[in-house]
Amino acid sequence: MAITYTSGEQVEVYRFSIPATILIPLIAVFLQAWLPLRFPFFSIFDLPLLVVIGFATARRNPLAGLVTGGLIGILQDALTHQPIGLYGISKTVVGFGASSLGIKLDVENIGARFLLTIFFYVVHEVVYFMIARGLVGLHMAWSWPHELLSGVANALLGVLVFMLLDRVKQRT
Amino acid sequence: MDVLGRYRNLIVLVGVLFAQVLGLAVQVKRTTDSEPTRLIRVWAVGTVTPLEKALVWTRTSSRNIWHNYFYLRGVRAENRTLKAQIERMSLEQVRMSQDADQARRLQALLAFKEQFISRTMAAQVIGSSGSELSRSVYIDKGESDGIKADMAVITADGIVGKVLRVYGSTSLVLLIDDQTSGVGAILDKARLQGILRGTPSGEVVLEKVMSDEAVPAGELVLTSGGDGIFPKGLLVGRVTKVSSGSDLFLNIRVRPAANLSRLEEVLVVTKIDERQAEPGQTGAARAVDILAERLPTVPPKPEIAEKGDVPKTASPGTVAPGSAAPTTTAPPTAAPTTVAPTTAAPPTAAPMTTGSAAKPKAASPEASASSGGAAARKAATPVSSSGTASGTSSGTPANASGTPAVKVSPKPVKAAVQPQPQPKPQPAVQDSPH
Repeated sequence: MAITYTSGEQVEVYRFSIPATILIPLIAVFLQAWLPLRFPFFSIFDLPLLVVIGFATARRNPLAGLVTGGLIGILQDALTHQPIGLYGISKTVVGFGASSLGIKLDVENIGARFLLTIFFYVVHEVVYFMIARGLVGLHMAWSWPHELLSGVANALLGVLVFMLLDRVKQRT
Repeated sequence: MDVLGRYRNLIVLVGVLFAQVLGLAVQVKRTTDSEPTRLIRVWAVGTVTPLEKALVWTRTSSRNIWHNYFYLRGVRAENRTLKAQIERMSLEQVRMSQDADQARRLQALLAFKEQFISRTMAAQVIGSSGSELSRSVYIDKGESDGIKADMAVITADGIVGKVLRVYGSTSLVLLIDDQTSGVGAILDKARLQGILRGTPSGEVVLEKVMSDEAVPAGELVLTSGGDGIFPKGLLVGRVTKVSSGSDLFLNIRVRPAANLSRLEEVLVVTKIDERQAEPGQTGAARAVDILAERLPTVPPKPEIAEKGDVPKTASPGTVAPGSAAPTTTAPPTAAPTTVAPTTAAPPTAAPMTTGSAAKPKAASPEASASSGGAAARKAATPVSSSGTASGTSSGTPANASGTPAVKVSPKPVKAAVQPQPQPKPQPAVQDSPH
């Protein structure tokens, strides 16, 4: 069993197969685009973000995390009519942060995953908000209750998504 | 080197972020179109939309099989209801056709240019952008189907948005509730024009209406045609809330008539005809004749008919050419039931002719007031359910019922002539101003 050592702590590092690495983000982006048409409430979720967090915390490699986050974000951007880079930048930051934090924290238990998802959801929204307002000039309203509620909803879904990802991840 | 190795991750992060910010700045700077990102978008759309198309096709097919072959409960009762509805609507259509004919004649006199939706294409909504801040949907028709950017997208209920980007077999439609969209709109009764915009929260507001205007809640909002995308007179929605906003303008909330969160099928307006109403199509009409039609009718008297001057007011010229033949034989049902309500009030006639210069679609509000929003929509832009529409097709069959057949009344002519400085009858063609 391959184990990496970081700051004296034993941390398990996982990898994903190539089909899983390609297909899971694609399915997440596809569902994110398709489900809100049938279930409008689903637009509160950000399934690609959950996949970014799941991949990043499992791999525990900041470079892999930021690249994965950036690519998924750009793919998500490409489906919108907004300039490409809004989701790209936000998810790059989240991917990097989640994988960096994953090295230092135990992200295997449900409680940690729940809190981690809420935290990174808020980080994602803050970065997106700043770029959208500052760089693109979009009019956006910030509402803490809405963001926190969305964060909790995403965290609940995130726990399920991470359980599914656990099934396809492989120990390095 | 040691420092570079130590902060390698951070340096890469900063580099990646810098590259993306730079790319973003380039896109924001280019106001024309997102050409630099075209390839990325084509790849992304080409990857995701086939899945969506397949899923929508499977879902639609299975639903059709279930509904068309198995689940037929209540079909007979529904059939009976629909037949009764058709009968009711046929009667209503006769009345509305007459109103439309009259509006066309008036428009011909005033040389109005009308926009007609002459061709539409049905499309299925296959996906969304997946972002709350980008309210847009994908449809399964693209460049290969003749779709172009800036085409209007509508449903039977109301307008939906416009085509923003076109790909090979799909297109991105920007919905009217997106904050970057803008639609020229007009309030149905108040006739106040404004700009319809979306808000970040997904609401739709009508902007640029002065705060000293009175706008009641519940009023219909129609397209004004000023944006060059949507033809005039399409239903947009209904005013839900009016409050005083910042600056000098009202804050008018509008609930879209089309359910934008549950779109399944839409119509893309692929061709709009702009043409001038021709008197020849609707008959050589004079203003006095048209006004006379709207006034109460008097049964024809044999002795009057023999005189030379009276038939001028009841001349065949008031009737559409295609329906002119039986002018003196009143049709059995249409004349009493349909003409009477529309011609009951002489005051409505005068504003129609004098005020219609600023309100070319004056017929639509009247129709909506009398028979509801759906009727107004039909009167404004007759989109057929088959996906094609014609602005003139409703004219001829309606005239067959012989609307103006009983217009023999000297009095209305006097009333109509009074506001005219030149009561001298002129040839019909010369009545049309340029």
